[in-house]
Amino acid sequence: MGFFQAYKMALKSIAGNKVRSFLTMLGVIIGVGSVITAVAFAQGSTKSITDSIEGLGSNIITINITGRGSNRNITYEELKTFAEENSGDISMIAPIVNGNMTLKAGSKSRDTTVIGSNEDYEYIRNRHVQSGRFILSFDNDYKLKTAVIGSAVANDLFEGQNPIGQQIKINGQIFKVVGLLQEIDGGQDSSDDDQVIIPVTVAQRLGRNARISNFTVQAADSATVDPAMAKLTAYLTDKFGNSNAFSVRNQAQMLSTLNSITDTLMIVLGGIAAISLIVGGIGIMNIMLVSVTERTREIGIRKAIGAKRKNIMVQFLIEAVMITGIGGVLGILIGLFCIRFIIGGLKITTPVYSPFWMMLSFGISLGVGIIFGLFPAYKAARLNPIEALRFE
Amino acid sequence: MIQITNMCKIYEMGENSVYALNNVSLHIAKHEFVAIVGPSGSGKSTLMNMLGCLDVPTSGSYYLDGHEVSKLSDNQLAEIRNNKIGFIFQGFNLLKKLTAVENVELPLIYQGVGHKERVRKSIEALELVGLGDRTHHTPNELSGGQQQRVAIARALVSNPPLILADEPTGNLDSKSGADVMGTLHQLHENGNTIVLITHDNNVAAQAGRIVRIQDGMITEDKEAV
Repeated sequence: MGFFQAYKMALKSIAGNKVRSFLTMLGVIIGVGSVITAVAFAQGSTKSITDSIEGLGSNIITINITGRGSNRNITYEELKTFAEENSGDISMIAPIVNGNMTLKAGSKSRDTTVIGSNEDYEYIRNRHVQSGRFILSFDNDYKLKTAVIGSAVANDLFEGQNPIGQQIKINGQIFKVVGLLQEIDGGQDSSDDDQVIIPVTVAQRLGRNARISNFTVQAADSATVDPAMAKLTAYLTDKFGNSNAFSVRNQAQMLSTLNSITDTLMIVLGGIAAISLIVGGIGIMNIMLVSVTERTREIGIRKAIGAKRKNIMVQFLIEAVMITGIGGVLGILIGLFCIRFIIGGLKITTPVYSPFWMMLSFGISLGVGIIFGLFPAYKAARLNPIEALRFE
Repeated sequence: MIQITNMCKIYEMGENSVYALNNVSLHIAKHEFVAIVGPSGSGKSTLMNMLGCLDVPTSGSYYLDGHEVSKLSDNQLAEIRNNKIGFIFQGFNLLKKLTAVENVELPLIYQGVGHKERVRKSIEALELVGLGDRTHHTPNELSGGQQQRVAIARALVSNPPLILADEPTGNLDSKSGADVMGTLHQLHENGNTIVLITHDNNVAAQAGRIVRIQDGMITEDKEAV
């Protein structure tokens, strides 16, 4: 008996029990669909974070201040002075304070990410203005309420007008718009174009943050990244009295931290996928066992007219594998649908379509069919033809 | 064709041993039409299972068409059933979801015959039993007599040396029963060896030879008049 014949038999039997076959597949469909969707989501988020870290450039160092184990503090001015003293290794330093704040202009208002920083931010992050000017050092020195806004903010609040020179309220305080940022992300909401940059000294007051917890440092060139990190670490350790109160990391270290988070995420996803596929597999085994019992007489007839154990085994096994295979394909289609319309539609992140994971989950669903179809098929193959023929 | 010598089949029921077949010896030549007759519980079903290679005896030997089959494995028995025996059952035992021609081609599928050849042979067999115009009907669309004739076509499609019919008319009205018996006679005339198992003396009387079985032993073996 050829395999083609066995496929035809299995197809016939599946088509003869459409509703039951579909319900049996459901576990696999949901399992595969959720894996594909979750992977696209996870890889999409990872990719956007990776891109933004890589966009920083390889001579970027970030300083994170947690203050753990120390009651001492460091100010923007102190670090700025330290950077100027070590200008051979450190070319720029930008403090970063950010938070979500409410903007108002005239009758319009919106919630936007507000970043407090200084003039170096423009070059470290490559965020240039298309008109007006960026934050300058005297804005911080005199704590001027000036703001540089992104294109999404400008389009919403100052539709059709030139925003430069206009007034804008941020958390109730009046600011003057001095610059409009270049559009880098299509002007979409919640993108990098939906931002406002203000002087860090003003931001500290506005958000009542006495402490700045993030600094981005640019080393003079890639060769001075290591000496700059060493000097910063030594200086901060001296300042805080211990080395737990802060972290100094370069781009490679940030990427490896991200990768370890991603790996953990993938393990969790894999675990969920494995559990749902096992549950689906148990469902398939259950139905196949019922099907073997129901079709005892059919098996008896087939055996009486010359089917060998192998033939019966192959017939039921192929049926199980076909159910999971069709389930796998439907799962992939549903996953693609969810990626396209749920992740894509809600603009949570830009999903990554991964053919590797699609092939893998399809392969695993076939494997589930084999593993969980094996026992029912074996049971069918072992039936005694005399008893099977007597079965009502 | 069939040579059974000292065949016993013993079932262990707790402490007791039940002799379903007790020292049965039977010889059936090619082209014979033999009826095996006995009341229920006489051992005729067990004998039928032995003849049909569905079961193996506890002791004794069984030569079918020159092969010793009493000591074969499951798979070897399946192959013998496939190639040497055509079964006709009381309850027809057709697969309900398959059409007549698909039912008939089943033995050929397990022999590995190609699709075209299978369909050609199956249609030929259906024409032989007078169902050439019913090839694509499912069993539910056929009468009992027609279903049994599909089963006969299935039994003879692979041209087996032995056709084994177990109460073939048991579920049929007298007219359909007569039709089926007519078909069996026709097969006999075409040169097939037929063993018919029945409890009905009128049916048995149509065979060329009657073997009576009682309590697992052959009590009578005579030519029919």
